[in-house]
Amino acid sequence: MKTMTYGEAIREGMSIRMREDPNVLLFGEDVGAFGGCFGVSAGMFNEFGGKRVRDTPISEGAIIGMAVGAAATGLRPIAELMFIDFLTVGMDQLVNQAAKMRYMFGGKISMPMVVRLPAGAGVGAAAQHSQSLEAWVTHVPGLKVVYPSTPQDALGLMLSAIDDDNPVMFVEHKAMYAMKGEVTSFDPIPLGKGDIKHEGKDVTIIATGKMVHEALAAAKKLEGDGISAEVLDPRSLYPLDTDLIAQSLGKTHRAVIVTEENKRGGYGGEISATIGEQMFDLLDMPVVRLGALNSPVPFAPVLEQAYLPNAQDIILAVNQMQ
Amino acid sequence: MKFMMAELCGKVTGYCKGKGGSMHIADRDKGILGANGIVGAGHDIALGAGLSAQYRGTDQVCVCFFGDASTNQGTFHEALNMASIFKLPIVFVCENNHYGISMSSDRHMAIKDVADRGAAYGIPGIAVDGNDVLAINEAAVEAVARARKGQGPTLLECKTYRWRGHFEGDPGSYKPKEEQEAWLKKDPIPRFAAFLKENNILTEDDLAALDAQVKTELAEAILFADESPIPAPESVVQDIYSDIVEEVRVR
Repeated sequence: MKTMTYGEAIREGMSIRMREDPNVLLFGEDVGAFGGCFGVSAGMFNEFGGKRVRDTPISEGAIIGMAVGAAATGLRPIAELMFIDFLTVGMDQLVNQAAKMRYMFGGKISMPMVVRLPAGAGVGAAAQHSQSLEAWVTHVPGLKVVYPSTPQDALGLMLSAIDDDNPVMFVEHKAMYAMKGEVTSFDPIPLGKGDIKHEGKDVTIIATGKMVHEALAAAKKLEGDGISAEVLDPRSLYPLDTDLIAQSLGKTHRAVIVTEENKRGGYGGEISATIGEQMFDLLDMPVVRLGALNSPVPFAPVLEQAYLPNAQDIILAVNQMQ
Repeated sequence: MKFMMAELCGKVTGYCKGKGGSMHIADRDKGILGANGIVGAGHDIALGAGLSAQYRGTDQVCVCFFGDASTNQGTFHEALNMASIFKLPIVFVCENNHYGISMSSDRHMAIKDVADRGAAYGIPGIAVDGNDVLAINEAAVEAVARARKGQGPTLLECKTYRWRGHFEGDPGSYKPKEEQEAWLKKDPIPRFAAFLKENNILTEDDLAALDAQVKTELAEAILFADESPIPAPESVVQDIYSDIVEEVRVR
């Protein structure tokens, strides 16, 4: 067992595979000697050298495109975008190239690449450096999407993401990099396997990324009020562990979904619709969906907090379900 | 040719099992990473193929083909810059046919030669007669040698012409008649055939036999495509992922 931060766990996941497989390499803006804008790749340049931990110019389209071409010709690249917001600049390479190449070419090509996407608000970075754009990538056939909420999950999912023969979007919340946790396993966590972060029997709170921690805080408070909340973290957004959701709802019959995205068109809506279509009979009442306000991410802390969903919102929602 | 024709006809025997069509034919086994439906997207993908060759220490060179109009996409500029700073073994080949659909190159860019754009990225930009097979060969051999020596990419502009419209049914009314006629006279095929004859490399009979062979191959490819089965509808959800088959529609 080892105590690690979320950022260290991501680094450890990348480093484990890079030590084992010379075809794994990391590139992106300032990931080299500088160690990445958030320090996630700190020390990797010294361990693996500039050929394998490579700085690129500020050219997000070319960063993703380079990963596409490298993956198509036998390497297993990890491309880092400094912020998920910059995906807008590289969207063609991701959506029209990475996601579709295998299909367009009749399944005759593999695309083993990971795109690291630092996401999320709460750090005063305002509208263009704080978004949660996971719904954009879950919408695209051909991409897989993971979003770890703990150091353990970050490490295990990174190993699986690198091992996967498809493009995997690795969404990481930038406000969690310094969060510490116990890492007991250095094994891959299979994509598509969710995790119950807290057991309960009265209501299931399905949360992703940093919202898992808001959900845990809410569950703790609710426990004091005599409500037993189960916190379910899907960990993989696609593929989604619908079995685990059904299992939990079979017990609680109530669902609250909490994601940090703008609520309109968010992936929380897809989870909600999946429950409605496949698990309606398990429900005692309509699904409640919480997300960020449908606003750009504001700068002033008071506005940013007003924008973000939090534990208090979850408690309120659960109380209204009784 | 057979697999290409089958793909054009959307048949399961095509290169891409009928899932790519005319715009996305690829054959990974031959090192072909596909044509692209997004103008300029190939420039960025070429970076990865070049990086891969350099990283693995092979003597492979990535040759990236594109048109003049694609050099106005940001991808062209970011790719040339990145290939240059990493000294990637790539030959960027611009087939300058002087048109981006209806917009002529003197309208879509402010300079005359695409090759000049290499200077901005510190790489050689070479313009050649794109209808002269031997001139292109000479320039290409040099560019490939540079790439293999670790000297980085080359931008090779081959000036040619689009005889027909951008798509079948495009009347090409935007092309001046005189311009079209002048270029038709520069057809590279009879030109190279004349060279081969003059230098006693091939006889008139050899050339005729070659023509006949191509016609036979084409006829066989068409027959193969015609006789090939169409894809099974349920294959629509296969080949999206290596390990997940999506839900199929039940009718």
